[in-house]
Amino acid sequence: MAELFTLPVLLGIAFSGIRLATPYLYAALGETFAQRSGVLNLGVDGIMLMGAFSAFFVALNTGSLWLGLAAAAVVGLLMGLLMALVSITFKAEQGISGIGLYMFGLGLSSLLFRTTVGTVKTISGFQPVKLPLLGDLPILGDIFFRHSLLVYGAFLAVPLAWFILERTTWGLKIRAVGQQPAAADSLGVNVTAVRYACTGLGGVLAGIAGASLSIALTNLFQENLTSGQGFIAVALVYFGGWRPLGVLGGALLFSFVNAFQLWMQVLVPEMEADIAVMLPYLLTIAALAVAVNRTRQPAALAKPFERGEA
Amino acid sequence: MRKHLRTAPVLLTLLALLAGACGGATATTSPSGPFRVAVVMPSATTDMAYSQSMFQAMKAVQAEMGGESALEFAWSEGMFNVPDAAAAMRDYATQGYDLVIAHGSQYGASVQEVAPDFPDTSFAWGTNVDTFGMPNVFAYTAAAEEGGYVNGVMAAMLTQSKIIGITGPVEVGDAKTYIDGFRNGVAATDPSITINATWTGSFSDVALMTEAANTHIAAGADILTGSSQSVVGSIGAAKDKGGVLWFGTQADQATLAPELVVASQVYDWVGVVKDMIAKHQAGTLGGEVFTLRLSNDGLKIAYGTGYSLPADVRSAAEAAIAGIKDGSIKPLP
Repeated sequence: MAELFTLPVLLGIAFSGIRLATPYLYAALGETFAQRSGVLNLGVDGIMLMGAFSAFFVALNTGSLWLGLAAAAVVGLLMGLLMALVSITFKAEQGISGIGLYMFGLGLSSLLFRTTVGTVKTISGFQPVKLPLLGDLPILGDIFFRHSLLVYGAFLAVPLAWFILERTTWGLKIRAVGQQPAAADSLGVNVTAVRYACTGLGGVLAGIAGASLSIALTNLFQENLTSGQGFIAVALVYFGGWRPLGVLGGALLFSFVNAFQLWMQVLVPEMEADIAVMLPYLLTIAALAVAVNRTRQPAALAKPFERGEA
Repeated sequence: MRKHLRTAPVLLTLLALLAGACGGATATTSPSGPFRVAVVMPSATTDMAYSQSMFQAMKAVQAEMGGESALEFAWSEGMFNVPDAAAAMRDYATQGYDLVIAHGSQYGASVQEVAPDFPDTSFAWGTNVDTFGMPNVFAYTAAAEEGGYVNGVMAAMLTQSKIIGITGPVEVGDAKTYIDGFRNGVAATDPSITINATWTGSFSDVALMTEAANTHIAAGADILTGSSQSVVGSIGAAKDKGGVLWFGTQADQATLAPELVVASQVYDWVGVVKDMIAKHQAGTLGGEVFTLRLSNDGLKIAYGTGYSLPADVRSAAEAAIAGIKDGSIKPLP
């Protein structure tokens, strides 16, 4: 057990934890925008799968990872707008339409994979980039500054999301639309437009989350590659109290515990693997029970806006 | 207006189901013609592992018997969801298939439930050895520990760091027996080697499997092995790091990374499927258990195509194969 707390192991845990957190961060930050504007998108996992497939397919066929990433963003945007159409314009029950979107993404990505790629292949994805100066820092350089660009992007997105939501006029509109759509509407804010934009942005980020899996972290595509990560991302939004920093905390907690349990299995073989595997989930549930402050939930979450009602 | 629009999620769901359904293959019925086999599989037919091994065997048996006119073959893949698989099995039996193969150890209860309703249909399931005492249920399994042992012997001779990493899915069935055999093969060759094992708790979580492989490499392993369709993640991680070798099981995994796959234990279900068809045609609809072994050519060791295996390691592997076949080596302790 003592071996777990040596420097190389702690470095390894931190390094793995940061890698593992990447797709959760993109997806959960995107979902934060959607939910802050009042749209509950449960289809994140389906969008991630479509993003992962598109990125992989384009990178495989063009040799360009950046084109792959762009494809994932565009496909994610389209999927997000589809969700917006169904839940904002058609005012469908969001819990149900999100599940529909998930199944659509799961089925379509599998079908496309089977018909166009056929079998599992690996590609050379985004390689780790050692940042100048920072990468040479002792310890910290090893943990934080030797990752692929998509990993840096995920962590940079956190302050950016915070800034947009809390410090810009657009962020104010998003929050208003998610809290009091009728009031926002009466002040001339276009509720529909804001919600469309946020759900679309959520889609873009979910697509990139998928791409981070298929062309940066695992460098392959397989049917149901995400195996439910999109749903964890939705849970992380609740966990994080609809705040980007909270989402960051949740994603890091979940990923670090996951990385920790892998190392624990390696170094403490007498520990039952089943218990180790349960750890991230147990801890997340416990933290969720203790930490979540439901009063921060956007008041109009999952409620379609109807002018004149409310 | 609003009421009509409420149907939108339903439409979206239907669309999703349609997209999912398009992936499967279906067969048409024809009276009294070919022998008809249906297979229900948990993952994709291209999973480089368990489902692919059965799919390829069915295709081989079909070709051997003379094509679709002699053997009709239908399949449902991606059936991780057991109730869906049970429904598919019942469907195939209703359509009059002669043999319905439920290719997953998670399908046992479904076979037990469906088989009694179709006494003229043979059911088969695996990997397991339990026919539930039913006259129309076959069971089949793979002695995965045999190839595991052979792989272990080679791994022990090839490791420089004396640390080997095992990336497992769930500690059950042939995933477990493969690894038990592997450990035993390593220990019999060089007991000083450290074997680290991780289990992700999932057959399909590729991302966590990739990170498990990275963890082993960071802990000093220069050889990795593992089973299930999620090990493609481990192979990808090994490829990215470079200088790490891989041993596969279930299907030949050399195509994923030819330069680092030393050998794969390949499941060849052809003999088992042919035996079951022959039994059915002779009037025995079930009640028997089949086991893939090195000795009956159900298990084969496929050496990697892009990795040049040292001659002494190769001959040690061949000696291990011979020893297991003649019973002088016990792959499990």
